[in-house]
Amino acid sequence: MTHAARRGNATFGVLLVLIGVAIAILNAVALRPGAGTQWTQRTEHVHTLEDGTEVRWTEHEAVSVKEGREMAAADQDAAPLLSRTLGLWGAAILTLCIFSFLLGDNPLYKAAEAIVVGASAAYWMVIGFWETMVPNLIAGLFPEWTRSNFMPRLSEDASVDFLLLIPLALSVLLLLRLAPKIGWISRWPTAFIIGVFCGLRFISSLEADFLSQIGPTIKPLIVIGENGFDLESSFSNIVLVLGTLACLVYFFFSVEHKGAIGKVARSGIWMLMITFGAAFGYTVMGRIALLAGRFEFLFDDWLWLIDPKDAHPAQAFLQTIAPMLM
Amino acid sequence: MYEFLRDLDRRVIFSLMALAVAVPILLQFTPPEKATPIVRDAFETIEALDEGDRVYMAFDFDPASAGELQPMATAFVRHACEKKLKIYFTALWPVGPQFIKNAERDVISRDFPDMVYGEDFVDLGFKTGNEGVIKLVSNDLRTQYPQDARGTPIDDIPMMESVASIRDFDVIMNVSAGYPGTKEWVQYAVASAPDDVKLVAGCTGVQAPLLYPYYPQQLSGLLAAIKGAAEYESLLLGKYGRENEPGIYQEGLRRMAPQLSGHILMVGLIFVGNLVYFMARKRGEA
Repeated sequence: MTHAARRGNATFGVLLVLIGVAIAILNAVALRPGAGTQWTQRTEHVHTLEDGTEVRWTEHEAVSVKEGREMAAADQDAAPLLSRTLGLWGAAILTLCIFSFLLGDNPLYKAAEAIVVGASAAYWMVIGFWETMVPNLIAGLFPEWTRSNFMPRLSEDASVDFLLLIPLALSVLLLLRLAPKIGWISRWPTAFIIGVFCGLRFISSLEADFLSQIGPTIKPLIVIGENGFDLESSFSNIVLVLGTLACLVYFFFSVEHKGAIGKVARSGIWMLMITFGAAFGYTVMGRIALLAGRFEFLFDDWLWLIDPKDAHPAQAFLQTIAPMLM
Repeated sequence: MYEFLRDLDRRVIFSLMALAVAVPILLQFTPPEKATPIVRDAFETIEALDEGDRVYMAFDFDPASAGELQPMATAFVRHACEKKLKIYFTALWPVGPQFIKNAERDVISRDFPDMVYGEDFVDLGFKTGNEGVIKLVSNDLRTQYPQDARGTPIDDIPMMESVASIRDFDVIMNVSAGYPGTKEWVQYAVASAPDDVKLVAGCTGVQAPLLYPYYPQQLSGLLAAIKGAAEYESLLLGKYGRENEPGIYQEGLRRMAPQLSGHILMVGLIFVGNLVYFMARKRGEA
């Protein structure tokens, strides 16, 4: 593809995203007023600290638009929330930006990709600090300070655990990788991590993926059930046993694959090909399910074209005409 | 015709796939589903439990696979609630807790408002460490989870009383998008006590071929991809369905119509692709 064609595709992709957003705005303003809004029910909380200070905060519980409007009519504290509505529109627009990559790389796709990567990295960092560093390390080394600053419900009996200095030291050594001259020291904690996981995996893989798999492969080739000969189970067992043996023969390279061995090995390849085909079929199924999930989000939550969850105030247009078309 | 197919722009294929998936969604067509034995076994494993039995619900997935796995997670939670089981939510993926909150909001609060936090269900939250966590909870859960996701010490949570390790649960229900997930639960939890630990799982399509060998010895039942979710939902609807069934409990079933049309298109494209290849070979172009 020439540079000009690539540029044309990119421009076309950006244009399609902009047209999609324009249509959605028109839809929300004129065709289905309020489409894409997010409603929440507000609950006020008050907590009094030991020194008498009152801490107040508001909790927003997401509700469907239909529920929200009913609550608002019944004088309950429910209303559209701008921040969540912007979040929904952001999610929808970013979905379109990612889809635009199918037409070619373009600035909107690049922006969406950067946002995903940045948000994921930030999320991991925050989760890593609050879910790992604070409860597993800081709380163990400085329990009093952690209780008064981060974890008020940390047990009063918690004492300093000096053993945690070992993982702390290993973590620091791991970070030395960033210093080129003494980066080699980071190999020690790396070796420790690899050693631990090798030990863990060796036992579990041997038990779960080898020893436990032998029994289920030893099956009767002729199954006699309550009603006599069971054709389906017998066929299934024959395929399982012969298929396993054929695949094993294919990976047995000590004997040249000629004559009878060659034919069995060849049938082993066929078995593997069928397995890969099934895996590909499952992958296609997975990808279509993800695409369907995104489409349903766009059509239901954003555009209100459909209403499978009975969440919108009025019956969706396409839901009304669908029975006539089917 | 040959030239047309050979030079077919990939954007035409993308557009056809978009139409094949979008049209059934817009028309809200739902094909009937019949459960396969592997899904039925998962369902029956939960059905065989008694009121008050404990289920360990591990949500090991993220938004990237929610389109496939959210229907399974919802169906698992609903089934546990209908059976009045005690649910212990956990997550080995950092965004798992968000899906636990969604399940609490969309299923428990909405349709089972009598369930009490701490007595009927508890959120133990996310725990980092991948299979290391599974290995540890297999022997000592209390050290690994000294408090729940809300910061309450587990000694103060009534339903945590007499829970020491994973062996104290009647079934582990795992929704898995990859590593760590069902494979690790089989390798570390089931392998540690094959007679004491039962596992049912829901997984992505990509994982399914890797997990089938574990059934039925190491895995009591498996919901493979969205098809497994739809079959499980059909069993749930058959047993616990009611009038005006909320749409959230039919998400998997709804996604089967796009699957049908998408797969028909895919089969057609593979056929046409092969046809073009053999025609090209015959003409000496390949």
